[in-house]
Amino acid sequence: MNERDDFERRLREARTRQGLDKPAEDAKGGLPPGPMGIGFRVGVELVSALVVGVGIGLLLDRWLGTKPWLFLLFFVAGAAAGIMNIYRLFNPRSGRKI
Amino acid sequence: MAAEGKAIDALSQFELVPFMGALGESVRFSQSNAHMLLAFGLITALMMWGTAKRSIVPGRLQALAESGYEFVHGIVTGQVGDQGKRYFPFVFSIFMFVLFGNMIGLLPYAFTFTSHIAVTFALAALVFVVVTVVALAIHGTHFFSYFFPEGAPKALAPLIIPIEIISYLSRPISLSVRLFANMVAGHVMLKVFATFVVMIGSAAGVLGLIGAVLPMAMNVALVGFEILVAFLQAYVFAILTSIYLHDAVHLH
Repeated sequence: MNERDDFERRLREARTRQGLDKPAEDAKGGLPPGPMGIGFRVGVELVSALVVGVGIGLLLDRWLGTKPWLFLLFFVAGAAAGIMNIYRLFNPRSGRKI
Repeated sequence: MAAEGKAIDALSQFELVPFMGALGESVRFSQSNAHMLLAFGLITALMMWGTAKRSIVPGRLQALAESGYEFVHGIVTGQVGDQGKRYFPFVFSIFMFVLFGNMIGLLPYAFTFTSHIAVTFALAALVFVVVTVVALAIHGTHFFSYFFPEGAPKALAPLIIPIEIISYLSRPISLSVRLFANMVAGHVMLKVFATFVVMIGSAAGVLGLIGAVLPMAMNVALVGFEILVAFLQAYVFAILTSIYLHDAVHLH
């Protein structure tokens, strides 16, 4: 071990002792801090999935002329996807290092 | 503009106007585009000048450039792992562009280009396309197994697959709406309280001037809060991009 490696090692130990090197991101899936941030995040996740579901439903209805059945179906699917988004927010898929 | 008549006009700050009058009008170049170019120029200048000297003990500019680099590097390697280093330039560009867009927008007379859904959705769509292409390039058609979790009963496939696909497609929307809504809300609040200062201050002589101190103090606090939000939203954009890249690389 040359001098420089030894210095790096001692520097790292000293930094860890002083709490300067925090272990990488411990936040859950990039959840913002504070209740307002989390609330806003949850709202956006729920609504955006609903918007996509409704959009797909309306487009398919116009294409296939099945108004309003596919819209109703995809509305429910979009709501389910939104709730799944929120579930994923707090319980990320397995294997993600956080 | 602020207190014309008695109405509070909080939204006109988001209007696009041609940059440099008729010249900008002729090529459809708005002040929003000008601020994007400004952000691009500032980022390039920061990174070029900041890293030009390569001192062992960094000066202020170099420390700023290096801490930005290491911050994003930490996000990417922390979320995606060592393979994530390949995508670092992409995430770093996105992070710096959003951060500078948010920060420049807080300066007086400046325009916040991240307060337009067209801009934030373009960024989010770029992230979405890149992530999908990365996943397809690494996993080929195996990528589509992402939409059906392992171990789920086969009978539930018609239910799970559409829901997973909708959830996947909702990513660019939630990504763009979050940034856009945060920036719009912050700037509307600043404008409303700034209008209160003018309205109260011009209303009732000395008493009005004393009363105007309250919304003024509120605005000072709000500017500090907006600096936090500007940084936080850029961070959220970068970390979500990294999380999506993690899903693309590891597929579960």
